[in-house]
Amino acid sequence: MHLILFLFFGGICVAGAVNLLLQRHPINSALSLVVVMASLAGEYLLLGAEFLSAIQVIVYAGAIMVLFIFTIMLLNAGEEERSGGSHIALLVGVPGVVIGSVLVAWVLLRHSDTGSVSMFALPGYPHDIAQLLFHDFLLPFEVTSILILIAIMGAVVLASKPESIAERHEESEKKEVPELVGAGRDRR
Amino acid sequence: MNILTFAIISIVKSVAVVFVLLTAVAYSVWLERKVSARIQNRWGPTKVGPFGLLQPLADGIKFIFKEDLTQPYVYKTLYIASPIIAVVFAITAISVIPFGGEISLGPLGKTYLQITDLNIGLLVVLGITSMGVYGIALAGWSSNSKYSLLGGLRASAQMISYEVSLGLSLIPVMILAGSFSLRHIVEAQAHKHWNLFFFPLGTIAFFVYLISAYAETNRTPFDLPEAESELVAGYHTEYSAMKFAMFFMAEYANMVTVACLSTLLFFGGWNGPVFSDNAIIIAIMPVVWFCLKVFFFMFLYVWVRWTLPRFRYDQLMAFGWKFLLPVAIANLVLTALFVALKPGVWLAN
Amino acid sequence: MIPLYYYLILSGILFVCGVLGFLIKRNIITIFMSIELMLNGVNLSFVAFAAHWHALSGQIFVFFVMVVAAAEAAVGLAIIIAVYRTRETLNVDQVNLLKL
Repeated sequence: MHLILFLFFGGICVAGAVNLLLQRHPINSALSLVVVMASLAGEYLLLGAEFLSAIQVIVYAGAIMVLFIFTIMLLNAGEEERSGGSHIALLVGVPGVVIGSVLVAWVLLRHSDTGSVSMFALPGYPHDIAQLLFHDFLLPFEVTSILILIAIMGAVVLASKPESIAERHEESEKKEVPELVGAGRDRR
Repeated sequence: MNILTFAIISIVKSVAVVFVLLTAVAYSVWLERKVSARIQNRWGPTKVGPFGLLQPLADGIKFIFKEDLTQPYVYKTLYIASPIIAVVFAITAISVIPFGGEISLGPLGKTYLQITDLNIGLLVVLGITSMGVYGIALAGWSSNSKYSLLGGLRASAQMISYEVSLGLSLIPVMILAGSFSLRHIVEAQAHKHWNLFFFPLGTIAFFVYLISAYAETNRTPFDLPEAESELVAGYHTEYSAMKFAMFFMAEYANMVTVACLSTLLFFGGWNGPVFSDNAIIIAIMPVVWFCLKVFFFMFLYVWVRWTLPRFRYDQLMAFGWKFLLPVAIANLVLTALFVALKPGVWLAN
Repeated sequence: MIPLYYYLILSGILFVCGVLGFLIKRNIITIFMSIELMLNGVNLSFVAFAAHWHALSGQIFVFFVMVVAAAEAAVGLAIIIAVYRTRETLNVDQVNLLKL
């Protein structure tokens, strides 16, 4: 039962990951990545991490990927064209990654006697996670909140139009001179 | 009970709940038309059946027979998939909503009046509503038209902005109950009083939740993305017949989910006086109370829609980020503080 | 009961697909999505090891990885928008001058 469910979610995961590589339009890649994240949430549930699977759906699939899809829609990204660079990348990249993955798989299979995990092996109840998060991991928690604040400020500054700051200075300087003239004229 | 009995009972519950939900969606359209008509001093549907009660049936038949235009320049797969995505996620959220207490099925055992009682029920509902944004964003983009793209982008930006204050307004409820499970939250309210009356923090949480939920479901006063006079019809401009009906159904199913959540989290769910000792009445009365409260929230939705004018888009976003979010955060901090200082007064156990 | 290395192989496949996407794709946004795929693969191996050693810290680590990924996605997409504004292209081969 555990094996069937693992293969089901794992199959969807791998299919989504491969589809991300094969598709040429970025919106199709983004949607296959959403499928990968949703199936990973299923895998986390199989291992008992229920809180984490809910957070995976809410944060990754429901917020980060929506951001990606927004960007693709706003920038009107079209299909990829074949160019010189992409041919070289295919020639060098695919064999390189195949060699790397064979190496990783060989190392993993050498250590294949590490043991097994059962279904719902480690129940990740919100209560237990909160105990750990707010007692042992309090400092990383506070630091990540500052990290998010910095990320928000950085994103706002980077994405705002560069002329708008200079424009605002010019406008505020131009306004002062005509106002004095107009006010002086009206009083006579 | 063994696994086969459990599976059969779950399937029966799922089918029954989905059927009731779809009927509720159809009749909420009727409710909207009747109440909006009365607010505007006219009759509303009266011809088809008594009080126009068969009007949704007539509308359904009309939608099936309408011509299904398919524009040549749309992104075909996403164009057809978007209404399906919207409807699927809107209907899935009902699976963790409890309608009543525990009933006993004689020799088969006991079962909850709920499709499934998860430890993380509240998070599941939040997750499913986050995924509902995809239906709208992809519909706007795949229609390959200026109005649709703008409407889709505006609607999804509005939805993800108000998701933040929605989630934050629900955390005080979770603190007061001590669990994410919707059943435990309602039972905690049975021990004390409705979460609405935890003055003032529960009341503030209720209003923040209600406003954020109105913005989440794209209902007035936050319905600029689909307003007829502004953007033709927003993200569903290019849709006709059954696909448009699916978007319609998704919106009303989201409204029903929000109404159910409001009663569960703030109005005590199915708690209410049971006037008898008969076992059947003890099982049915909570469901009746639940339905009455949900009906009140649907009526509130329609009432607010036809009373208030709609926000402009920049006013809408400013309101969500600059007012509602700080209020939700302050409410959360104060609730946590009060519960930490005086647990006996605030907590149920 | 399934062996631990099944989960590790799945995580490895996801990571390798992410690396491959990073190397062969030419669209900036797709490259960025491959980075997210790599992070997800690593998350899966964290949770698998947490289940194996019965240590809940593994799940807490996944929490932090998610937070960092969210912050990085926000800033990265802002950079992509800024690059698009000046270069008018999303093809990574054409963004080859250090001067913007």
